[in-house]
Amino acid sequence: MNGNEYRVKPGPEGLLPPAAACCGVILPEKGQGLVEGALKSENDTLRVMARELLTRQNPTIFPGPLVLWAWREGVADKAASVLELANEIPGVRIIPMPDYRPIYPKIDPEAVINPCHPNLTIWHNKIEVCVFIGVHCHFANITLKMIRAGTNCYTITLCHAAGHEDSMASLPFADANQVRALTAAIRKLKREGLRPRYADTPGIQLTAAQEALSQGLVWQPAPVA
Amino acid sequence: MANTVNQRVVTPEHLLFEAPRTKAFITGSEAASEAVRRANVDIAIAYPITPQSETMERIGNLFAEGYIRDYYRAEDEVGAFSAISGASRTGVRCMTASSGPGLMRGLETIASWPGHRLPLVFLIMCRVINAPLSIQPDNLELDYMLTSGNILLHGENQQDFFDYTLAGFAISEKCEVTLPVAVAVDGFFVTHARAWVEMPSAELKLPPRDCYSEAVPMIDNENPPVRIARDAPIQKSNFISYQMHAAWQQEIHAAHERSRKWVSRYINGLVEVVNPEAETLIVASGSAVSQSREALRQAEEMGKKVGLIKVKSLRPFPTAELRAACRHAKRIIVPEFNCPGWLNREVRATLYGHSEAKIADGPRVYGGITMPTELILEWLFKSE
Repeated sequence: MNGNEYRVKPGPEGLLPPAAACCGVILPEKGQGLVEGALKSENDTLRVMARELLTRQNPTIFPGPLVLWAWREGVADKAASVLELANEIPGVRIIPMPDYRPIYPKIDPEAVINPCHPNLTIWHNKIEVCVFIGVHCHFANITLKMIRAGTNCYTITLCHAAGHEDSMASLPFADANQVRALTAAIRKLKREGLRPRYADTPGIQLTAAQEALSQGLVWQPAPVA
Repeated sequence: MANTVNQRVVTPEHLLFEAPRTKAFITGSEAASEAVRRANVDIAIAYPITPQSETMERIGNLFAEGYIRDYYRAEDEVGAFSAISGASRTGVRCMTASSGPGLMRGLETIASWPGHRLPLVFLIMCRVINAPLSIQPDNLELDYMLTSGNILLHGENQQDFFDYTLAGFAISEKCEVTLPVAVAVDGFFVTHARAWVEMPSAELKLPPRDCYSEAVPMIDNENPPVRIARDAPIQKSNFISYQMHAAWQQEIHAAHERSRKWVSRYINGLVEVVNPEAETLIVASGSAVSQSREALRQAEEMGKKVGLIKVKSLRPFPTAELRAACRHAKRIIVPEFNCPGWLNREVRATLYGHSEAKIADGPRVYGGITMPTELILEWLFKSE
């Protein structure tokens, strides 16, 4: 622990919870992780992440721009590692955050998550555990604050930089190796006997919007209310 | 020709702490420009104003010598600070500078930098805010900077101006910080007076800005992941829009908290404490620290023990450090070069409920008046 008692637990926390960084939560160093505001070892953090992903409702991965385009050496491999991770989480969905701009008049919550109103995607899909990866830190941070304020979603961040105080479990400086380490932690838990919540529906689940696209249908955004 | 191409890239830690230094007897303006020479700056834009002009003139010379890649005089401060916003968004290392009325003219833009998460260094050579017209030293403009969202360092002397300017670039560009860093000194006392300054070799420079490792995407039309505009107006009238703006503001304050580690590392702590066991303390920043050091020496000659807390960083403010340093204090004075006493207000708010010391409401000088050590001594001991 960092010498303070503030805990970053799943919400809803209410109207405007404080930024965890302003409550004494400090970012982990390389080799450490952050679990609900407390510094932990990387291995302990991965184990917590693995358990939450296997046991909570509607696990979802939110990949951001930094892994959606192979714009830099190593990104394609990191994206592959994200798909490997997804394949180990029965019933997981992948909903991207490809853009940070507000989407007006409204988003399709089955198509994207947007930092301007992330709770719409969380609520619509009844997501109770999610993983942020490849999202620029500023936009991840404001999104995490809003999710914690208004939803009961357990937020996990595999951050390419220094990590996130406002997520319930955060690993800093996460490259493909750390993503694969999380995949390995999930496999280990399953080997130890943990039965995943969606053990009977293995594989990546498509949202209705993704299903339509996969069948070659022309997808239209939801009609304006 | 000497230029940045021939300089060797070293880490900020090496440049600030490990590289051998040599002494030079120079003005604060020269110290700031020597820091910029070693900072691998891409672009400097400013509009001239006393007492900032000499520094930016010297930085113009650095451009002519090849140490800076681009440089121009903008049409006014709004233009200069807006152009710097654009430059920072494209991922290059940039700096600007201003003083009193110029800073006030550009304040709307300055206050927009943190929200846009723009790493840059802003040098402030403090002077009176008009009117009536005056160019004399007074640091009232820092009161306006305190809630602007910028990281704000306040240098005591020419050496600080050199060191804090270099450190500012390193702090500003850390991913978890990604904020502008303002480095202020009191005009004339520091900018136009000479003092010994220890500097590493001009053959060394900071690494270039790694803009793709920061908290927001850069404007880069060649790279798909960042070919997205950001910071669109969040003004649709519904609760979630309000909440996003609120979360955005919280994030700036959170970034300030994260910056503590780097500010402390690169300027050797947020405070310097002299005689921490003393019951009578001076808390000061900027040039008032130098005057306080001399007053402290004179007090010791009189057989009186006085402590001094030099506040180096105004944002983030050294809350924990100040509370710890003042825990034994019985009397505190806060000498300042401004009329409202913004540091006094900060000290009172920080120590409320954490110290039983009586905090005097001064001493203060302003409008260009110097701070005689006799005034500090008088305030220190007038309760006796």
